[in-house]
Amino acid sequence: MPAGTMAQDEKPLLEVRSLKKYFPLRKGFFRRLIGQIRAVDDVSFAIYEGETLGLVGESGCGKTTTARCILRAIDPTAGQILFRTAAGDVVDVATLSEDELRPLRREMQMIFQDPYASLNPRMNLLDIVSEPLIVIEGIKSREERVQRVAQMLEMVGLRPEYMLRYPHAFSGGQRQRIVIARALVLHPRLVVADEPVSALDVSVRAQVLNLMLRLQQELSLTYLFVSHDLSVVKHICNRVAVMYVGKLVELAPTEELFARPLHPYTEALMAAVPIPDPRIRSAMLPLEGEVPNPANPPSGCYFHPRCRYSQPLCREQAPPLQEAQPGHLAACHFAGQLSLRGVSP
Amino acid sequence: MQEQPILSVRDLRTYFFLDEGIVRAVDGVSFEVRAGEVVGLVGESGCGKSVTGKSILRIVEPPGRVVGGEILYRPQKVSIQKAQQANGFVDLAKLDPMGREMRSIRGAEIALIPQEPMASFSPVHTIGFQLVEAIRLHQAVDEEEARLIALERLREVGVPSPEQRFHAYSWELSGGLRQRAIIAMALACNPALLIADEPTTAIDVTTQAQVLNLLRSLQRERRMAIIFITHDLGVIAQVASYVVVMYLGCVVERGPVEDIFHSPQHPYTQALLRSIPSLRTPPRSFLPAIEGSIPHPFNRPPGCPFHPRCRSFMPGTCDRQQPTLQPVQGLQWASCFLLHPAPQGR
Amino acid sequence: MGEEPVLVPPGGRAAAEEAAVPLPGVEAKVAEAFYVAPNWKLVWWRFRRHRLALASGAILLLVSVVAAIPGFFATQDPNEAISTELFVPIQAVHLFDGGRLRPYVYGVRGERNPKTLRMEWRIDPSQKIRLRFFGRGYPYSVLGLFQWDRHLLLPEEQSVRVHLLGTDRLGRDQWSRLVYGTQVSLSIGLVAVFLSIFLGILLGGVSGYFGGWVDLVIQRAIEVLQSLPPIPIWMALTAALPRTWSVERVYFAITVILSLIGWTTLAREVRGRFLSLREEDFVVAARLAGCKRRRIIFRHILPTMASHIIAASTLAIPVMIINETFLSFLGLGLRPPAISWGVLLQEAQNLQSIVLAPWLLLPGLAVIITVLCLNVLGDGLRDAADPYH
Repeated sequence: MPAGTMAQDEKPLLEVRSLKKYFPLRKGFFRRLIGQIRAVDDVSFAIYEGETLGLVGESGCGKTTTARCILRAIDPTAGQILFRTAAGDVVDVATLSEDELRPLRREMQMIFQDPYASLNPRMNLLDIVSEPLIVIEGIKSREERVQRVAQMLEMVGLRPEYMLRYPHAFSGGQRQRIVIARALVLHPRLVVADEPVSALDVSVRAQVLNLMLRLQQELSLTYLFVSHDLSVVKHICNRVAVMYVGKLVELAPTEELFARPLHPYTEALMAAVPIPDPRIRSAMLPLEGEVPNPANPPSGCYFHPRCRYSQPLCREQAPPLQEAQPGHLAACHFAGQLSLRGVSP
Repeated sequence: MQEQPILSVRDLRTYFFLDEGIVRAVDGVSFEVRAGEVVGLVGESGCGKSVTGKSILRIVEPPGRVVGGEILYRPQKVSIQKAQQANGFVDLAKLDPMGREMRSIRGAEIALIPQEPMASFSPVHTIGFQLVEAIRLHQAVDEEEARLIALERLREVGVPSPEQRFHAYSWELSGGLRQRAIIAMALACNPALLIADEPTTAIDVTTQAQVLNLLRSLQRERRMAIIFITHDLGVIAQVASYVVVMYLGCVVERGPVEDIFHSPQHPYTQALLRSIPSLRTPPRSFLPAIEGSIPHPFNRPPGCPFHPRCRSFMPGTCDRQQPTLQPVQGLQWASCFLLHPAPQGR
Repeated sequence: MGEEPVLVPPGGRAAAEEAAVPLPGVEAKVAEAFYVAPNWKLVWWRFRRHRLALASGAILLLVSVVAAIPGFFATQDPNEAISTELFVPIQAVHLFDGGRLRPYVYGVRGERNPKTLRMEWRIDPSQKIRLRFFGRGYPYSVLGLFQWDRHLLLPEEQSVRVHLLGTDRLGRDQWSRLVYGTQVSLSIGLVAVFLSIFLGILLGGVSGYFGGWVDLVIQRAIEVLQSLPPIPIWMALTAALPRTWSVERVYFAITVILSLIGWTTLAREVRGRFLSLREEDFVVAARLAGCKRRRIIFRHILPTMASHIIAASTLAIPVMIINETFLSFLGLGLRPPAISWGVLLQEAQNLQSIVLAPWLLLPGLAVIITVLCLNVLGDGLRDAADPYH
């Protein structure tokens, strides 16, 4: 049984309720408000301790915005982000002030997409990795920092002797290890990984995925794994949530989702992934049209203009995200009634 | 049924002369392209796949220079007297990159789909204006005829209501439409060979599927040859008929797409294919990753470029001599001492 | 727990080890020096390759030394006017005599032209005036710290005067005046730039970091300041300076006036970089690591901008120098008895003096050389600080 389904009985580590993030759209000299981009529009899901929840979608679907809202790298417009702290209290991250958030930083951390932009080029590894120790744990002594950083570097597969080097001495894959070391030095419980392997070369990508899997076991981490790459998501996640134009359209345990998708968008997305096998070529049935503009989405179900199963109802009513089968949520009026093709394992 | 190639790259070398030293971006690359064939150039960053494409078009930016080898191309339309050989080939490597001959080949005979969709159109002219300009550069047609051809091209690549888009600026189009417009631009003069340099890297997976399908059908209809450059093995498997695998400026293996994916011979190809997570690998398992990282092109290891990361590394051989590309089976070639023992001596 | 696939890292932990970014054909020790080099060192290494900028730096170093202790380089008091030695031409220094280092100049002899009744000076090759290094001359103060009377070059005989760059219409020694003018012009440029940097970083940083209405107000203020035509503003402000003010006070007021306009460009630059850096992943990462605002600004944002600020201010100094020269040349900036390059050039304002005493234009050469060197140096610094832009 996959870890995701059985974890349902537990209390979630993080619960996102009706999260919204609207960006104002302004125009002209007086910066008149002419509309809103609904980057994240009423998204709800939960992450359970020890699991990896994947958040997939195409660019502009709001997956990165969701991830950044959860860590309050950006402030959400509305909604609750309930985090269960190590002490057992449930706090709403969305409403805390910067000072109130600081103690929570120990428990939730982030891994970034671009390993070149996410490390300060003016600081060496010791300073980069030990910064959370200084500002959160208040560790001042250099020996203690050196010791903790050495331990951390070893854990992510870098030699502790590299501690005094600067980021420019490292390749993309190594930099991503440094980013991981910084994120994990406080032993957080939740790690939000925003496209952590997208910028890496194929041969290095596997190394970082392996590292993330190993560290999850060793440190009992919970991941929110944001990616546009379905293959990677399928490889690393227990459960997967699919986003389209700011909304969640489907959420299910990984194998269930890939074997029996319930939302036509999920089906189309999976069909569009090029399979690295020349014998399976006919499978590619491209989705027509393009992702709508989140400032001006279509009526009803946002996917209906591109959906091959679209009915008049779809144009009029937006389907809610409902549990169509146990543990399998989908936002489609005809979830379960359509025979959609997944990927055979 | 091996017909004559229209392009034959032989031992191509393109070096970049930097202050810090010489980067051998492409170092002895050989392959052939036949009419109606899609050749995939695949490799990771720094393998020289893009530079190979640019070398064929002779648009390598300084301080890079084609320093050796031959790029034999058989012109289909333009006649080039000077370099015309007995067998109908012209060596692009010998032409002046800015000269009249090279310019008459570029666009008309060999066209490029560039990597960056935003940068390939001028933002101050309409799509139509730029298409007409490109067509009239190589074809003796008047404004009105060129306009008709341009509209036809836009229709061919699936741009809806081309009459309207004709007057649109590139920044008014969505990513997918822009990519289609670029393809229309590349097809403007009916090239015999299309070089697609990571044409789908910047776009989303559903749009990518559309673009790949379009390229496949265009290629079938026109019997056009395509050199498809990408780092994505999935894309290669879907579009290519022949695959050239590159690593650090060298071809490590090449062969028909079936052979490359189902019986790879070179350890790098094997390891690369094993290390990619696909929709079909078991979830949450450790991937057999390739150890280490790609060396900086300044520091190409001696001998076989892959030997420091190779599991089958043979000390004394792989780190001393550089293997050459030799036939393995059928049309499949590989450069590895496991397959072709090193000559004795030295 | 459910059945998790068994996770065994292939090749163990050590297998994950990657080699560091290798360098072209250097020893491990050299490479390690590169790996542990902080950014300013990398900038310096890149800068070092820029020959022209390096040469400019050397020239500017020399000019700075001159500006620091002009008294040492001067041959006489710059304000001493000798009515019998008006418009004396350049007496070029000959360093070697008979293959040995024995500097001398030829003497001059004056004859009054009977028609124009003007003194006409002629170099007299029969008369060699020996010079000596580090001789004792008039006393001057070194940086206001102590008194000294040694000079770089003086005639061996105390009673003889030499004019290495000639004299002006009042018979003042131009070389000595040029040397003192260097001090004033260069320091005005430097101080004005420092004031601008301070204002620019402060207001630009505040504007860029806090954004919102603070940003709006500061930006509009900058726009208003930049839309004012600078020349009339300077003219008005300098004209408003009381005539009774001492040289020092005018000097200070001029620098303030110059920097009042100058800070806006720098503030724009700082704000722009602040805005973009604030969104950089490493700054977000610092915020998510729990850093407070002050730490983010001083540990992450400002150090990243430092090299740009240095480059930008190096490029701003020549503008300030030119502005000062220009103001003083028009008679609006420093006024005699203060000496600056602009004041010196004022002497060359009329056609008569250019025809009779072309050497009075030499301060212009000093301006050109200094400004050119500062520009080349600034360009070099900018390239070294940011090789990709």
